[in-house]
Amino acid sequence: MGQVMLSVEALGVTFRRGGDTVRAVRGVSFDVGRGESFGIVGESGSGKSTVLRAICGLAPTTAGAIRLGGQVLETPRPADFYRRVQMVFQDPYASLHPRHTVDKVLSEPLAIHGFPDREARIERALADVGLGPDFRFRYPHQLSGGQRQRVAVARALILEPEVLLLDEPTSALDASIQAEVLNLLDRLRAERGLTYLMVSHDLAVVAHMCERLVVMQHGAAVEELTRAALASHRAETDYTRMLLAASAGYTPATT
Amino acid sequence: MTTLSRREWLLSDQPQSRRQARLGQVYRTWLSFRSNWLAMVGLGIVLLLILVAVFANVIAPYDPVVGGDLRTERFLPPLSQGHLFGTDDLARDIFSRIVHGSRLTLMVVVLVAVIATPIGLLVGTTSGYFGGWVDTVLMRVTDIFLAFPRLILALAFVAALGPGIENAIIAIAITSWPPYARLARAETLTIRDSDYINAARLQGASSARILWGHVTPLCLSSVIIRVTLDMAGIILTAAGLGFLGLGAQPPQPEWGAMIASGRRFLIDQWWVATVPGVAIFVVSLGFNLLGDGLRDVLDPKARK
Repeated sequence: MGQVMLSVEALGVTFRRGGDTVRAVRGVSFDVGRGESFGIVGESGSGKSTVLRAICGLAPTTAGAIRLGGQVLETPRPADFYRRVQMVFQDPYASLHPRHTVDKVLSEPLAIHGFPDREARIERALADVGLGPDFRFRYPHQLSGGQRQRVAVARALILEPEVLLLDEPTSALDASIQAEVLNLLDRLRAERGLTYLMVSHDLAVVAHMCERLVVMQHGAAVEELTRAALASHRAETDYTRMLLAASAGYTPATT
Repeated sequence: MTTLSRREWLLSDQPQSRRQARLGQVYRTWLSFRSNWLAMVGLGIVLLLILVAVFANVIAPYDPVVGGDLRTERFLPPLSQGHLFGTDDLARDIFSRIVHGSRLTLMVVVLVAVIATPIGLLVGTTSGYFGGWVDTVLMRVTDIFLAFPRLILALAFVAALGPGIENAIIAIAITSWPPYARLARAETLTIRDSDYINAARLQGASSARILWGHVTPLCLSSVIIRVTLDMAGIILTAAGLGFLGLGAQPPQPEWGAMIASGRRFLIDQWWVATVPGVAIFVVSLGFNLLGDGLRDVLDPKARK
């Protein structure tokens, strides 16, 4: 790992509502190198998505620190942060505004940050994610799930960020589209030298996409391992072994 | 491009420009609206009201304020020579008064909608989006306004500001925004934590931009539906104020005031009060039908 791009140190996220406190994340630490693809794996409710939301400021950081390029991120995030870090959400059916055309979705971030030559940038962004100019003026309801997720990726990339946070970007898509979107993400990373932080409950997806990963359970990091270790099933904790066994698929009982 | 009919161009799945996408969306809405004949009846009534109000000077055969000969032309029954709806106690042609009264009705409706809708939307979306103490303060203010009975508060206002149609309009507008604020807030609460709003936040969009560009368009349709359905009530309140002598002042041909003055002759000259009553009824019905039709078309939750 070369230069550290994103560093999460003893991150804690606690939600308080009324008298209830929920410690969604307790003391998670990891470093993501520049140009690296890093995965967070865990079951539902393990706090993996909350880590992403804390990084981009949608969830409160109640303990620890998050550093981007060595600098501690303050809350609220500075405008410059959004040009460097963007996120792709899990459900493409929920992440696009139902009354905005693709054109509007893509031109808005450009307008906010005052980019020049917007027309050309929108056309290029669409081409980059494999959508033709025919898609530019469509509404989300005129797009399929995979096309929507491509639009969401284009929206995240149009500000030319360095880090892309991927929150289970393929879990809402069916298998054939999943591979398509994953390959697209892979290609874009190779072309642009992006840094990925990807959350998934699917070990196969993370093994395909990420060089290193951390396993989370009940809001805490259980184990950090490399793709090679994952491939050869060299896990140290029982929980990771269990996840590995589960991802191998259904094994009939032998009685 | 020339081989495409206009309909195909509008319904294209691959619009080539912003304008085509927007017009296509409008056309689709219109198509589904058109299939509801009751809504079309409502739209017809409302359009008729607007046309009559615009061309009142051309349509009305007589002056609405100055009557005819008091010796021979008082209380002429409907369908008499030259007086379709008859004449009233001051020998004024009731048809001309109804036609000119449509201007007042339309003015009330439009002004209340223009004043109350933005206030309701602004208060509702702001309080729903920000939550916390902003929400508490704005919603308690809304509660205070909601706690007043509408006609009574309007009465108090008119009593304080003096009778007249303008003050009646202000009074009605002030009492009719709280339901829109409530509605907009409820809509905002359901969408403020959605991924597309979060995505806008992550692009660095300011709160004002999110409220105006992302939240308001989604609240707008349900508020428009509600406003349209409330129009009947607003017309009735305006007529009620007119009836009580606190709205339009004589000799203005306001429908509620016309009923009030015709009340005295209801037994013998029934048409003097009945004709404006029927006018109020028809217009209220028209707005209700239109509102119902709009709900079927615009409300995303009622669709399918």
